[in-house]
Amino acid sequence: MGNKKKMIDAISIVFLLAVAVVILYPLFFIVNNSFKGKFFISSDPFGLPTAETFVGITNYENGLMKTGLFSAIGWSFFITILSVILIIVFTSMTAYYIVRVKSKITSLLYYMFAFSMIVPFQMVMFTMADLANIFHLKNPIGMCVLYLGFGAGLAVFMFSGFVKSVPIEIEEAAMIDGCNPLQTYFGVVFPILKPTAITVAILQAMWIWNDFLLPYLVIGIGTQYRTIPVVVQMLVGSNGNKDLGALMAMLVLSIIPIVIFYLTCQKYIIEGVVAGAVKG
Amino acid sequence: MQKTLKKYFLVFTAPTLIAFAFAFIVPFIEGIYLSFCKFTTVKNAEWVGLNNYKVAFSSGQGFWEALGFTSLFTLVSIVSINLLAFGLALMLTRKLRGTNIFRTVFFLPNLIGGIVLGYTWQQMINAVLYKYETTIVADAKFGFWGLVILMNWQMIGYMMIIYIAGLQNVPTELIEAAKIDGATAWQTLIKVKLPMVMSSVTICVFLTLSNSFKLFDQNKALTDGAPRGKTEMLALNIYETFYGRAGYMGVGQAKAVVFFIVVAVIALLQLKLTGSKEVEQ
Repeated sequence: MGNKKKMIDAISIVFLLAVAVVILYPLFFIVNNSFKGKFFISSDPFGLPTAETFVGITNYENGLMKTGLFSAIGWSFFITILSVILIIVFTSMTAYYIVRVKSKITSLLYYMFAFSMIVPFQMVMFTMADLANIFHLKNPIGMCVLYLGFGAGLAVFMFSGFVKSVPIEIEEAAMIDGCNPLQTYFGVVFPILKPTAITVAILQAMWIWNDFLLPYLVIGIGTQYRTIPVVVQMLVGSNGNKDLGALMAMLVLSIIPIVIFYLTCQKYIIEGVVAGAVKG
Repeated sequence: MQKTLKKYFLVFTAPTLIAFAFAFIVPFIEGIYLSFCKFTTVKNAEWVGLNNYKVAFSSGQGFWEALGFTSLFTLVSIVSINLLAFGLALMLTRKLRGTNIFRTVFFLPNLIGGIVLGYTWQQMINAVLYKYETTIVADAKFGFWGLVILMNWQMIGYMMIIYIAGLQNVPTELIEAAKIDGATAWQTLIKVKLPMVMSSVTICVFLTLSNSFKLFDQNKALTDGAPRGKTEMLALNIYETFYGRAGYMGVGQAKAVVFFIVVAVIALLQLKLTGSKEVEQ
């Protein structure tokens, strides 16, 4: 029995190591090739850079010059952070109101938010971009408004689930002490919602940071407000003879912020994603 | 308390509702209306009845081909991702050394966006295919299996985490009891562990199904439908109908409505079907 367990353990370790290599190799592949001259990438894609093929940071310089990736990283940060703040503050307030005030309107609202979660983006992409055009939302602030609206479904749904478990007595005590509903909400209820707020923030941040089609359709490629996915798409889509070196370098730079974020907040991210999956 | 709070309706809900109206309610209703119209912008819409739907389903529109490709891809992805993820979860609940590091590594791809990892894999796959003097866009088979590999690579870690959480919730007494009754490891797995993690299976199948069926970014980046639209999934087919050629906006919107209905029906059916197999804990 003991021997058998040891053998299964050994096979497991070998298998896990193999999977780990497969998972990490593509990332190594782009880092490796980002240091090779652009004409050597197709002739020798798997070898390490040699004296002949090594070009230092040339690909990074070329890529940055062509794409303005740093500005895109800046806008990605701006849009993601502001959107997440808006979503956390406003949708949690909405969820609180929906749960605490029982009426036909609030239950209609609840079902509308839940319903919006199953609607694919293609259903609303054209009309949403058109509305954004009419109401001058084709800028970073407008994007945040759209993300608040499109992210509201999942966020309201998750916050409502949690608010239901918050004991109403605490709020009543605060009200008797003379707090108005806003003071009660931000002083008493909101702090209790913190675990859900972290989960919602992580799910929304991952979605908004990586989202391609919404910024591509609303802001487009012709402005200075491009986000990272839009810039990467532009680099590949625009010119016929691709600069593979620059592409590799830009892929590497796009992934670095995510890896840093992941390694620093890993615990919250994994917990948040699981919680989101289970409730959604 | 309800009474006082009721007066604060606008304070608590207005910002969300206004944004929700802009991003969802109005575009959704307008989208349904426009699917019955011929238009190039919302302002010049002209009612044409069911014509867009007739065109959308006609041959040469690529809708049926895209539906077939999407369904096959979704099926293969669901099976492969869930088998692999469940296997990895079993290995990582054996209390081996390095479990946390493996978990961290396996989950990482899930955070990288579809466009970025689509191009990463395009370069990887092409690097292999260069040796045979071909590329991923030369044959629809390459595109199909490329997408399957990419999707597995991205989602295995995510599903694995959910399975691990499920397996850790299986009471140890149950497993001990099975052992005492003389069950083999395989019997314990099939008869005890699997029924106890059925709710995780529901969640994972549902997640892989909806993520695969609605896939867009990865499809756009990896092959963009090449060769000749043969690797086009539904979402990309709709996008191309809208923006790839002039005069087909209404048809694109009609396809989007059909796509929405299919997604909604699958979501409801799936929850109903698998929900009943869960074991109460």
